[in-house]
Amino acid sequence: MGHQTPLYDVHVAAGGKIVDFGGWDMPIHYGSQLEEHHIVRRAAGMFDVSHMTVVDVRGAGATDYLLRLLANDVTRIPVGKALYSGMLNEAGGVIDDLIVYRREDDYRLVVNCGTREKDLAWMEKQSGGFAVDIQERPEMAMIAVQGPEARAAVAKVLDADMAAASADLNVFSFADVSDWMIARTGYTGEDGVEIMLPGEQAVALWQALVEAGVAPCGLGARDTLRLEAGMNLYGNDMDESVSPLEANMGWTLVFNERDFIGREALEKQREAGHSELVGLVMEEKGVLRAHQKVITDQGEGEITSGTFSPTLGYSVALARVPAGSSGTAQVEMRKKLNTVTLVRAPFVRNGVKVFKPV
Amino acid sequence: MSNIPTELRYVSSHEWVRLEDDGTAYVGISEHAQEAMGDLVYVELPEVGVVFAAGDESGVVESVKAASDIYAPVAGEVVAINERLEDEPELVNSDCYGDGWLYQIKVNDADEVDGLLSASDYAAEIEAE
Repeated sequence: MGHQTPLYDVHVAAGGKIVDFGGWDMPIHYGSQLEEHHIVRRAAGMFDVSHMTVVDVRGAGATDYLLRLLANDVTRIPVGKALYSGMLNEAGGVIDDLIVYRREDDYRLVVNCGTREKDLAWMEKQSGGFAVDIQERPEMAMIAVQGPEARAAVAKVLDADMAAASADLNVFSFADVSDWMIARTGYTGEDGVEIMLPGEQAVALWQALVEAGVAPCGLGARDTLRLEAGMNLYGNDMDESVSPLEANMGWTLVFNERDFIGREALEKQREAGHSELVGLVMEEKGVLRAHQKVITDQGEGEITSGTFSPTLGYSVALARVPAGSSGTAQVEMRKKLNTVTLVRAPFVRNGVKVFKPV
Repeated sequence: MSNIPTELRYVSSHEWVRLEDDGTAYVGISEHAQEAMGDLVYVELPEVGVVFAAGDESGVVESVKAASDIYAPVAGEVVAINERLEDEPELVNSDCYGDGWLYQIKVNDADEVDGLLSASDYAAEIEAE
């Protein structure tokens, strides 16, 4: 038996098919992954993401520490805003990707569950010389409510203070109300919020959302949604052997006066040239899968994530390919070669097709 | 425990066979198999007229999660395929022993069907997986 979130019994009672997910017993779907995918694109669905690791960083040196630790620059955002960043090693490889929320008195980081131990160890190791206190918050649960109708449904179930605080959130903004945090963030390419709250209150919120018409969705749909949205999955699309430049995360790098970990390696790589992460689209029958070989006009690459896109009705993928690849490519699938088109991800945003050819 | 109809025969690779009085047999995949695959998005079926030996690759079922080969459970010639699956692969999920059948085969030797796994043998195999 793996770790269980405070919502585990609710998932089982709702018919969730439970699988091992990075050491956690999590629902992969509640009957149909495809239906759950569509409901998030068309109405509102919710995901239990309490397995993710929440870490608070506080202290007089917190800002300086994060300026060094993260490849993105936390001073670019005001209090009340969130930022996506990579946490890199000295070689410029991605130890993890995370969201950092800048709060009044501290910063909150949400990192992946599968990388929890190495992340915490790395953060601790790099804290020498900084006046910081790093504290994991395992007692927090997290529910992502996503879809065009998600925020309206959430507004119905929150108490007046929280509803008011969350009503006017801009994208990537958040509100702290007592020990809850409501952020207009997500991993689906749809509007919605992610709510962090004390674990013992999670079941009540989940059930209120069910009554408000929000459909429970499993981690299977979460993966097809994020891939359609062109968002990376740690461990698939990047890891410690891959730099943000090679993972379509160049936009998260800020090369200003500060010296963040991995900067020197990235500058060298930028000079020397590097492979890149692009989107692939295949309209004929079949599904692109991770690790299939891709042959572009510039050489060989590999699919890092692939799936059937329920919204588009055909297969899409992310692939790491040689610099300058464009046009079409061949993918080696089940002993035969299929032609795919190289595109710029995302594939789908707010329910509609958005990709452009490279 | 998944549904395993007793009137069918099975093979370890999770196909089922239903022998008809006219010497043909319907072939599909078991409920256990469709559950493990998750939502199907494509089904690739053989052409009518193709002759298989038992164990030959006879098609592919592909779900959001994975692709899986279908093997001919018995030797024979394909006489019909379930054309509805071209547009409705989800029939395999919703009714794997009925509307979600894959193809119909004229079996060379009806005794071969009798020699396949019974429902209880197949249940024991799944249990042991």
